[in-house]
Amino acid sequence: MNLKAIGATALLLASGAALAADGAVADQFKWLTFAVFGAIIGLTMYITWWAAKRVHSTSEFYAAGRSVSGVQNGWAIAGDYLSAASFLGIAGLISLYGYDGFMYSVGFLVAYITVLLVIAEPCRNIGKYTLGDILAFRNDPKKVKTIAALSTITVSTFYLTAQMVGGGVLVKTLIGIDYEVSVIGVGVLMLAYVVFGGMVATTWVQIVKAVLLVTASLLLVMFTWAPYGFSLPAFLQGVVGDAKVQAQVAKLLGDAAANMSAEELGQRLLEPGLFLKNPIDQISLGMALVFGTAGLPHILMRFFTVPSAQEARKSVIWAMAIIGGFYVLTLFLGLGAAIHVGPASIAGLDKGGNMAAPLLAQYLGGGADSVLGNLFLAFVAAVAFATIVAVVAGLVLASASAMAHDIYVGVIRGDRATPEEQVKAARISSVIVGVVAIFIGIAAKGQNVAHLVGLAFAVAASSNLPAVFLTLYWKRCNTQGIVWGMLVGAASAIALVMISPNMTYPQAVTRDARKVLEGEPAAPAKAAVPAVPGDGLLCELFALRDCQKAEPAKPAAPAREAKPGAPEKLARLRDTLPTLTDAVERDKANQEIAKLEKDIAKAREDLAKVAGQTTSMVGLEQPFFLLKNPGIISIPLGFLMVILVSLLTRDRRSEAMWDELYVRQNTGIHAEGATAH
Amino acid sequence: MTKSEMNWAAIDADPRFQALHRKKTAFLWGLMIFSVAFYFLLPIGAAYYQDLFRVRVWGPMNVGILFALSQFIVAWGIAWIYARRANREFDAMAAEIIRDAHNIR
Repeated sequence: MNLKAIGATALLLASGAALAADGAVADQFKWLTFAVFGAIIGLTMYITWWAAKRVHSTSEFYAAGRSVSGVQNGWAIAGDYLSAASFLGIAGLISLYGYDGFMYSVGFLVAYITVLLVIAEPCRNIGKYTLGDILAFRNDPKKVKTIAALSTITVSTFYLTAQMVGGGVLVKTLIGIDYEVSVIGVGVLMLAYVVFGGMVATTWVQIVKAVLLVTASLLLVMFTWAPYGFSLPAFLQGVVGDAKVQAQVAKLLGDAAANMSAEELGQRLLEPGLFLKNPIDQISLGMALVFGTAGLPHILMRFFTVPSAQEARKSVIWAMAIIGGFYVLTLFLGLGAAIHVGPASIAGLDKGGNMAAPLLAQYLGGGADSVLGNLFLAFVAAVAFATIVAVVAGLVLASASAMAHDIYVGVIRGDRATPEEQVKAARISSVIVGVVAIFIGIAAKGQNVAHLVGLAFAVAASSNLPAVFLTLYWKRCNTQGIVWGMLVGAASAIALVMISPNMTYPQAVTRDARKVLEGEPAAPAKAAVPAVPGDGLLCELFALRDCQKAEPAKPAAPAREAKPGAPEKLARLRDTLPTLTDAVERDKANQEIAKLEKDIAKAREDLAKVAGQTTSMVGLEQPFFLLKNPGIISIPLGFLMVILVSLLTRDRRSEAMWDELYVRQNTGIHAEGATAH
Repeated sequence: MTKSEMNWAAIDADPRFQALHRKKTAFLWGLMIFSVAFYFLLPIGAAYYQDLFRVRVWGPMNVGILFALSQFIVAWGIAWIYARRANREFDAMAAEIIRDAHNIR
């Protein structure tokens, strides 16, 4: 039966391949892409088939029998963490914005220090399969398991939606498979891993994928860096002197670039401030990253797969080495793509820059017209696809364990389910979560989901981390504190995002679309404006009346001529097209026409979407909360609620169990052991 | 080994466990506070000390790039320091408590 299902998945993907339309790969090289995709998918299917034979008990399904070694788990954690968003997204941000993109890499690595120092070993020592198990140790099991399951499913759903949509768009852009088909493909593949192979298959798929990803990146970096004799200053000098990079910086800076030399423009890419404009938002995001990783359910779950706390420690060390090493490579991938492919071409294919790494691969292999170039591209694309499938599998497993183990077995059946019933519940929950994920993925088509990853981290940091941290380390912490802290932490993070600039504000959308269609009027020269100091932190966070937000100094700007709207430009270009005789100029004009047509269609679509609306989903004309990331408020609030409510209430079980919890989390006495194979 | 045999309160009060607890707490808090403080210097510096981050040190390499790279070295350094101390000291202390746990009353 397993083999049949696997065969059906392969068929489905093959039929999806036949629907391919357009993308970064030319038609005559599509077979190459499908061959590489097929090989990698086949490999993961073989792993699933192999794993399916060894998954019988609950411990095997949720925790791979606790027999994964520290090194293996380290690779699997790296696999879980190096999602498409971080691999493609950060390389893209670096290629477009330089230094600011690299700052993201740092936050993702530093996050693991929290995991290593305060979370991994204690959780391994007292936990069983889920976040709920850790919290239920000394608190009322039914109450905290319910709330932990809710939080796990919320965080996983945010993360999962972003991955599904990102994956669908990625595959469509690269090889032209329809969005819906690729979402269903991701969903069905992932379900095959989880349902048949449980944690064993999910872990090994992650390991294989992480090895492939690191190998691919190392190869790309070798080819990029070798011409500079593996010298970092020489490579950066090459970046600074590159005309495409200089043009990108000039475009980003606008008027401010008027008096800068070419060398200064290039150097500016290596300085902060091209992408991240709001320092407090930046710190807020940093807080969500550094404290959120330790609260991500699919990462927490990984520590139950190793046999002991020592192996859990070893796995985090390995994960930090792999993840850190990988993020150093992103500097070369991003900047390499900037000098070889050029920021303009990268942004042309995908505005967020997600195509930087695949395009670099294509260039290094010999370009868009070469077999080797397309083979490289296909390899990187297939690895990115495998990444999405594997990360989604981890998330579905985390959600399914919350549903089946915490809610069904723990709360509904009062821990009296037979082992067979538990495994069955786990498989059924996986299918339910997986099918829901596919529907969400399709429903969210075309939505802006980039902020959902940030929101997942923010909820994990504001809800899960305070609860886990305080129950492990603070004697007075109790059930009521956990329940209220998790509710308020999660709710405040979500509520703040609902009133933040992440949402769609129809008036702003209309304004931007009109600018494209109708052009901009001429503007007189502006004198330099000195910096304005703000009225305090509150004014930086909320759009309050009579409250001055700090504004940076602005340099003088020369007068600007009126800009025509896109339709006007298009008409003019079409008029001049027949008069062009030079083939190169014709090509350029045609490209520009295609871009203008795309812009106009997009602007019209935007206008139609917000027609008749004046306020956002929650009834705001403009954002009330001024930051994109809520962490700076919701994380302290989550901690504060756990502490306050714990101090105000009493819970005999929480007090009575403290000694046992504290001794066990520090020594590992009675920790769940490995099952023998 | 059944759970009822354990006197958790007595183990908690045992001087060897108290010594482990004291050493671990001080060490972990110290590392944690240092690493968080060091990390937040990056976004704060990038936002408020841009002139410093711009200073060129080695060819096009500026203070900002070197500082960002130093974050990787420091993170790996903290992991190494923690692992060394835990492997050499904490594990041995915990092992002794585990060996003796049944006799602590």
